[in-house]
Amino acid sequence: MKLPWRNFPEQIRRLIVVWSFLIILPFFIRSLLIPADFGKYGHFRASAVEEAIAKEMKYAGHAICYDCHDEEVESKMVGVHKNVNCEVCHGPAAAHVEDDEIKPRAPRERDSCPLCHEYLSSRPTGFPQIISDSHEPMKACISCHDPHNPRGKEMAKECGGCHAEIASTKSLSKHVNIPCEKCHETPELHKLQPRLHLPGKPSKREFCGGCHDVEADSDIAIPRVELATHEEAYVCWQCHYPHLPEAE
Amino acid sequence: MKTKAKNMKRRKFVQKMLLSLTALSMPVVLTAKEKLKQLQKWILGKDYNPFDHYWGMGIDINKCIGCGRCAAACKEENDVPQAPFFFRTWVERYRIFHDGEVRVDSPNGAVDGFEKQNIEKGKVTIRSFFVPKICNHCDNPPCVQVCPVGATFKTPDGVILVDKDYCIGCRYCVQACPYGARFINPISKTADKCTFCYHRVVQGLVPACVEMCPTQARVFGEIKKKASPLVRFMRHHKIGVLKPALNTEPKVYYANLDMEVN
Repeated sequence: MKLPWRNFPEQIRRLIVVWSFLIILPFFIRSLLIPADFGKYGHFRASAVEEAIAKEMKYAGHAICYDCHDEEVESKMVGVHKNVNCEVCHGPAAAHVEDDEIKPRAPRERDSCPLCHEYLSSRPTGFPQIISDSHEPMKACISCHDPHNPRGKEMAKECGGCHAEIASTKSLSKHVNIPCEKCHETPELHKLQPRLHLPGKPSKREFCGGCHDVEADSDIAIPRVELATHEEAYVCWQCHYPHLPEAE
Repeated sequence: MKTKAKNMKRRKFVQKMLLSLTALSMPVVLTAKEKLKQLQKWILGKDYNPFDHYWGMGIDINKCIGCGRCAAACKEENDVPQAPFFFRTWVERYRIFHDGEVRVDSPNGAVDGFEKQNIEKGKVTIRSFFVPKICNHCDNPPCVQVCPVGATFKTPDGVILVDKDYCIGCRYCVQACPYGARFINPISKTADKCTFCYHRVVQGLVPACVEMCPTQARVFGEIKKKASPLVRFMRHHKIGVLKPALNTEPKVYYANLDMEVN
């Protein structure tokens, strides 16, 4: 079969050459601009992922510390700091794993522990906190507490140890002299696992009525309500805040 | 009778046609399947196939004490500039007042922790808590969609990465991210963000922020495997995500998330 090329008029043949060049050129430029491994596994350069994982680690991870430092780990594993990884306090230690001469930091100053343990109202209730201005001033934390297995001098005796905000509110209220346990039945385990063993709350209106009912046998200064008719759909603490009751 | 025979002929024709078409397309289908299988294998590092994993993070707000060790560790591990506007992860303090005002602050991204802040007289705080923030590694990432050059992408294991040699620094992705998780690195002048510490993850370790969290407020793990700390976390908590209405399908799951957080 003979190609019809020669049959085309001269001007069409020239145009075909120009157009085919113009069509091929962008493809050629594109092949130069796009990296070879682009699109191999998706719309990205595959070697970019390899570059990302080539990054050097600074934190070695807790598992590797446990290989050598038996003594510290042994005391840490039985205490409340058992889940606080070594590098949280001692800083990045990947270099120390490689070379024994490079020592990670060992914070001994008074200002390192308050980073977690200074009292802040935003911290979750139950987390042990102190107010460092008044808590054994000038002494380093580690002179009393072993950082690997810290213990308070004793377990929090007062509820206010953890529930400081409620305790300070209550101290301004008429209820200041009522012990917490009178209203909140508290299992002993609450001190160890505060969220698993929750204290109770009064579930009956008669509980408050014991002092506040018109019939109740209590101090005459205590405000009274007719318990039988006063908003009988609710338990008292659903409307009144017992730690700071507003009712006159 | 005649018409019936004619119909049979047509039916046979269609049958044969279909049969030959299937036979002809078989090799194409088979090679495509083979190719897909090949694609599903990609060994990174020692023995890590990104097609076998799918990562996510869980954050329990009730456990966060706001010490900011995650933010500090992230800067250290990933060489994030120390200046106080560049963070791959940071912690916010939320304070909600009796008059309905909500105050959010994050001094230096909580790299140095938080300090007590006095509030004006008469203001009563109703509730207050810390919220660690990080790139949500969205399943439907707006930042990847807008990238004009394909420099930001989702790896097969669901991590959003930036190819800093390919990024042209146009800042579209910074604008597109509804979580403010991206910034322009002042040194490379390209987009920068959390990588879920990809260099640690391929070695079987957890991201630096998870490793450093002293209260286990952060959990890292597989989303699609049953034996995973993250799946356990999601089974045991009521889970929320940030800005669910945007349909970005975040893979950072918050437990005990407050309505005010966004």
